[in-house]
Amino acid sequence: MEIDPFIFRLSIFILSIFIGYFVVWSVTPSLHTPLMSVTNAISSVIIVGAIIASFSSIDGSNISFSNILGFFAVTLAAINIFGGFLVTQRMLQMYKKKEKNNNK
Amino acid sequence: MSANLSSILFLITGVLFILALRGLSSPETSRMGNFFGISGMILAIVVSILSVDIFFSNLVYFVIALSIGGIIGGIIAFKIPMTAMPQLVAGFHSLVGLAAVLVAVSAYYSPDSFGLGAFQNIKTASIIEMGLGVSIGAITFTGSIIAFMKLQGLMSGSPITFTGQHYLNALLGILIISLISYLIVDQSTQIFWLLIIASLLIGFLIIIPIGGADMPVVISMLNSYSGWAAAGIGFTLENTALIITGALVGSSGAILSYIMCKGMNRSFLNVILGGFGTDNTSSSTKEKTEHKPVKNGNAEDAAFLMKNASSVIIVPGYGMAVAQAQHALREMVDKLKKNDVKVSYAIHPVAGRMPGHMNVLLAEANVPYDEVFELDDINNDFANTDVAYVIGANDVTNPIAKTDPKSPIFGMPVLDVEKCKSVLFVKRGMSPGYAGVDNELFYRDNTLMLFADAKKMTEDIVKHLD
Repeated sequence: MEIDPFIFRLSIFILSIFIGYFVVWSVTPSLHTPLMSVTNAISSVIIVGAIIASFSSIDGSNISFSNILGFFAVTLAAINIFGGFLVTQRMLQMYKKKEKNNNK
Repeated sequence: MSANLSSILFLITGVLFILALRGLSSPETSRMGNFFGISGMILAIVVSILSVDIFFSNLVYFVIALSIGGIIGGIIAFKIPMTAMPQLVAGFHSLVGLAAVLVAVSAYYSPDSFGLGAFQNIKTASIIEMGLGVSIGAITFTGSIIAFMKLQGLMSGSPITFTGQHYLNALLGILIISLISYLIVDQSTQIFWLLIIASLLIGFLIIIPIGGADMPVVISMLNSYSGWAAAGIGFTLENTALIITGALVGSSGAILSYIMCKGMNRSFLNVILGGFGTDNTSSSTKEKTEHKPVKNGNAEDAAFLMKNASSVIIVPGYGMAVAQAQHALREMVDKLKKNDVKVSYAIHPVAGRMPGHMNVLLAEANVPYDEVFELDDINNDFANTDVAYVIGANDVTNPIAKTDPKSPIFGMPVLDVEKCKSVLFVKRGMSPGYAGVDNELFYRDNTLMLFADAKKMTEDIVKHLD
């Protein structure tokens, strides 16, 4: 009997929730703000859907409604990706300076 | 690129994102974690570009769209002050929500390019997943915009309630579920757009009754929603990277909401259904203690007390963020350390407007993170401490939470500042905190009230420490 591929995706989903659960509990509370900004950045992986939408016309000559939505989605996701990772980097950098101060 | 190869590469993306979160378990490994996250994202983008048929005209627009977004994001990331992090994160969540809606709408109108069937003849499983994704995305979008506006001060932070609010929300909730189910039999555009509109509306309605100090819960909750929206789209597009990421982000936000609720001893439902200050219990406790005298101090007294103490614990709250007092505070602590005073910081889980808000502000002011302690780790130390310097916090120090079962904040974990030999409260006035409960600590003999702006007072104390 063939298993529906949906079941495989559901398995990945459920197991990932558990991974997320255990990994996030191990995050130190002082880094909860960077945790939020980085989860925000990675959830912008939705850009893969935006990329499909951007190139979704059949003949390639006309820009379709779906393409326009795709470009918009790419812009929004890009704001999040660059903004999210860079602001996380900026925050984590501040935690670094103190290590040096401490060692002095 | 073959579908199998791209699936494996998307799986690697998922693994890299797990490592990114894992890195945050300590500040030392966190930057490596962020690097993993960035690599995962680059991999995901490259793989998806290689998996679609690229034609030139659209590629040009795509690059333009990516660059515009990248430049805007980059500028925001470098310009944003650290005190504005809560609204930034809320704003970013709204973008994820809107992007999810746009992708779902696009997939609805051109399902063939997503491999989901034909227009208005989409596979049943896919249309349900699409309906869920677009609905959660729309809720995230409007909900985050309201949260952003409340945090940015563009709209009042106080709860907005009206009669029949819960019924309206419940009705809309039922409508959304019915519409998603109805999509199975009728995929017409009217049903699809009605679903989007109902979801946008409920996102707006859920967040308006929630007050400012409950924002840590709301932001975490919207964080979680943005993850579930991504997962919903991931199921629609049958994309492993999106499913894994959505699950990670969804559970991360859910855990943070749980931690925040626990920090206030409130159930999640209680926060969502409306703010403090609306129940009668809070006003009655307020009247009881209105007219007692308080001891009013100045910067000189505070400086004297702290200089002669052997240990000081600083308790920062949202007021410190508003006054941007973190740098002045650090200066004060440096002076105290020169006088051989042992100084540590005590952070309540719900201090500020988002999880970890105080920690980031202190980090910005170069406070070493090993001097900053969470509630459970430091609460026993107050008894052996000479001075507690409470700057911009109120409810989280209120001993009534331990003693009066009638108080709305009863049972909330609080910092035991009253056990210190003396307590210094920096506050602008006598107004009660967000919960609307009077803080009896203000009237105790060992409490000195310092009425001033948090930053100005701290700077004055610094001057008197010389």
